[in-house]
Amino acid sequence: MTNIHATAAQMADSLAKKEFSAVELTQAHLDRIAEVDGKVNAFLHVDSQGALSQAKSVDEKRAAGEKLSPLAGIPLALKDILAQEGVPTTAGSKILQGWRPPYDATVVAKLKAAGVVILGKTNMDEFAMGSSTENSAYGTTQNPWDLTRTPGGSSGGSAAAVAAFEAPLAIGTDTGGSIRQPAALTGIVGVKPTYGGVSRYGVVAYSSSLDQVGPFGRTVLDSALLHEAIAGHDERDSTSINAPVPQVVTAAKKLDVKGMKIGVIKELSGAGFQAGVSERINEALDLLVEAGAQIVEVSCPNFEYALAAYYLIAPSEASSNLARFDSMRYGLRVGDDGSKGAEEVMSITREAGFGKEVKRRIILGTYALSSGYYDAYYGSAQKVRTLVKQDFEKAFEKVDVLVSPVTPTTAFKIGEKSNDPVAMYLSDIATIPVNMAGIGGMSLPVGLAKEDGLPVGLQIMAPVMQDDRFYRVGGTLEAALLSKWGKPILSNAPELGGK
Amino acid sequence: MTLDYAGATAKYEPTLGLEVHVELNTKSKMFCSCATEFGAEPNTQTCPVCLGLPGALPVVNAKAIESSILIGLALNCSIAPYSRFARKNYFYPDMPKNFQTSQYDEPICVDGYLDVEIETDEGPQTFRVDIERVHMEEDTGKSLHVGGSTGRIHGAEYSLLDYNRAGIPLVEIVTRIVPGTGKYAPQVARAYVTELRDILRSLGVSDVKMEQGSLRCDANVSLAPIGSGKLGTRSETKNVNSLRSVERAVSGEIERQANRLEAGERIIQETRHFLEESGQTRPGRSKEQAEDYRYFPEPDLVPVTPDAKWIEELRTRIPEKPSVRRKRLQIEWNCPDKEMASLINAELLDVVEETIKLGAEPTRARTWWLGEISRLANEKEVAPTSLITAKDVAEIIALIVGGELTDKLARQVVEGVIAGEGSASVVIEKRGLKVVSDDSALMAAIDAAIAAQPDTADRVRGGNIPAAGALIGAVMKATGGAADAAKVRELLLKHLGQG
Repeated sequence: MTNIHATAAQMADSLAKKEFSAVELTQAHLDRIAEVDGKVNAFLHVDSQGALSQAKSVDEKRAAGEKLSPLAGIPLALKDILAQEGVPTTAGSKILQGWRPPYDATVVAKLKAAGVVILGKTNMDEFAMGSSTENSAYGTTQNPWDLTRTPGGSSGGSAAAVAAFEAPLAIGTDTGGSIRQPAALTGIVGVKPTYGGVSRYGVVAYSSSLDQVGPFGRTVLDSALLHEAIAGHDERDSTSINAPVPQVVTAAKKLDVKGMKIGVIKELSGAGFQAGVSERINEALDLLVEAGAQIVEVSCPNFEYALAAYYLIAPSEASSNLARFDSMRYGLRVGDDGSKGAEEVMSITREAGFGKEVKRRIILGTYALSSGYYDAYYGSAQKVRTLVKQDFEKAFEKVDVLVSPVTPTTAFKIGEKSNDPVAMYLSDIATIPVNMAGIGGMSLPVGLAKEDGLPVGLQIMAPVMQDDRFYRVGGTLEAALLSKWGKPILSNAPELGGK
Repeated sequence: MTLDYAGATAKYEPTLGLEVHVELNTKSKMFCSCATEFGAEPNTQTCPVCLGLPGALPVVNAKAIESSILIGLALNCSIAPYSRFARKNYFYPDMPKNFQTSQYDEPICVDGYLDVEIETDEGPQTFRVDIERVHMEEDTGKSLHVGGSTGRIHGAEYSLLDYNRAGIPLVEIVTRIVPGTGKYAPQVARAYVTELRDILRSLGVSDVKMEQGSLRCDANVSLAPIGSGKLGTRSETKNVNSLRSVERAVSGEIERQANRLEAGERIIQETRHFLEESGQTRPGRSKEQAEDYRYFPEPDLVPVTPDAKWIEELRTRIPEKPSVRRKRLQIEWNCPDKEMASLINAELLDVVEETIKLGAEPTRARTWWLGEISRLANEKEVAPTSLITAKDVAEIIALIVGGELTDKLARQVVEGVIAGEGSASVVIEKRGLKVVSDDSALMAAIDAAIAAQPDTADRVRGGNIPAAGALIGAVMKATGGAADAAKVRELLLKHLGQG
């Protein structure tokens, strides 16, 4: 019997023991999607046929005795920002409506080669610009914990799919917190790997110097398994790091933090954070101390400027990255009635095809790069970026990992912040410095806030290419939390199906 | 009253500036592995990267970096240990990403020079042209505007786009301003582009075909009253597609500007297009309001940091400078100035050198290439080197020297080779073009000639040696030129008792 509530590692084990087939497991998830996705709206496109045919091929290989990778036959939800050959890819935007990429992103190619079953493409804020999925051109995703709340974003669809047991694993991208924040708000594990740890080839670019692909899972080990499956140097991505992939699966199984030094970032605690969030974070730190770790307070004074700098760098790069959406070669074309020139059609299409937040950031970025303003805006932001990096470097001289809450609050109501961009931007205040410095970070669910019973996420950060460290700390803490409460945090979420 | 060229340069001092774009002859494009072959079916040499599809990323072609460094070294530049690409942002349908990836403020080569020699009224004079920078960039696609009267985008019914050229590696070589050329500005410009072209060819980094656009020159010209010590407003002339056009474009611009200034009008800073037929320029885009390209460092590419050892290795590969080589060859071949100039103008230096290397005597090699072969090439309006190989020519010359071919027969061999009948030896064989040296065959022809002109024969017998000419002519005619005239004379005189 298939069990969609199992972990990916357990499912893989059952598949290996032939307790059920990959086709059965895939069908069970397709059924679950059919049952609950009307409420959650995690998927923009479900590729039942493609998923079942991939599952069938894995089953055949297993029957033939072929050696399979650890995740062969495991279903996965793919953020709609990754190009998948022949499958609609919109990045949550109207301007890419109808586009079917002629090629696979490197991550997609790796997943396919590993026998992972791609169920479909998940909802997201348009071009990953947002923290709630409310900026999607295709409707908002609902948080499985409370359907009146957002799952966070931009990878909200992927996070919700995993939290709602529509998929055991998902792929997201994280430019300023877009994996970690929705993971925190939906009570699952989400990882932004070191910049350059996972190939960006085939990922529709938002902000090239900040974007990074990463895994979602319901456990630290599941995330680690997916992390290892997608990581590694890619010749097609010049910014990908040519070095061995950190041993994150081994680290996730280590369950030992004795002697590790854990730094609490002074600037990302206390004031400005919801009381119930801080409380759970402090409890988690106590558990780490019990497990033998040492807690040290560190200061990162330049983090104060990180958010402002982010909103200059990311829009600047976006203004250039999104220039290609001009209706000439693919995607939406509006106003081409034969009477207008190319420039006019480009302009009409972009006006019609981009959403409000995307336009806001294109204008911001265009302004920040303009001659006469470049030094003051883009130039200064780059200096802040260097300072943030130095803050991390100094901190990591004293500690092995750094921790903070992932978000200032638990999941917010749909519509609560959608008319106040700055309030929305602030929900990424703790995650943005990680992207600015190019290091990796994990969001780990550590309990539910007292005020609202919604999940709280702890952010664990490690130096460049030391991603194994946060898997080690995360795995240990996850085990301690499980023994404390006797059941996974996600088991407190409402059952969406059948009612 | 309008000023002619002499009048213009008597009053105004021209200042030159030259920007040369060179298409590198790398097998693949600047940032992807697509082929670069000229003249392929439209849009057959494209991929997600050079089409700018969402998610695609560039990777720098290492061969293009090598070629750029070779160019820099040959032009006496410093090679930057750290250089970067930037994005030049502007919208145009033939640019798939709507930004061009180009080096901007951190080029790969800086501060070089090239000395060029021209003929002046006072004899040969050398001008030093300072090179400001050599940088890498990618070419755009090609637009074909259909309908309308101008062939330009405005007024066209529709446009066709060919992205085969998009992403072809380009190197731009920019001079500093070249002052002090006086009335020789056009010749200096031409000599510079010629020398540059020859250097690029000797490096083997480009096809340097101006007519195919693999070498393009933009000529900047400004005028100031002689002795004013000022710099005038410049115009930039594009579409200069031959060496001759470089010279004509500069002189035409000098005349045009001088006459505007004479008329009390100001020079507009603008792009102008050279018109091949008239030698005039017509106005293009105004540059008075500088376009804002919003340059910023390309975040998808890592900096270019060539190893110092590699640069030194490349330095050893820089061949002899073409100007030095020309002087050396002239001495080796004992070639008069005028003939040397003709060889250079006709671009026959390489092939003549090759012919001589294959054993041909220098004077004969020069004479054949400049004479008969060039004449036939002119008739057919093709390059002499496209008609016949150095090997065939060397073989023919060897046969002439060995007395096996007369000049007249040799011309027939050349004709046969050009007609595609095969190599020189095959043509000789097929057409039976060897000199008739068989005495008995000649004797028969001599007897026939004497029989036909008995009076002339008597006069020769009587001691009137010059009268033998008519008989020799008759023999030559009878043998179709296949006889050695000296031999005929010897046999004839002997036969008539005068030997």
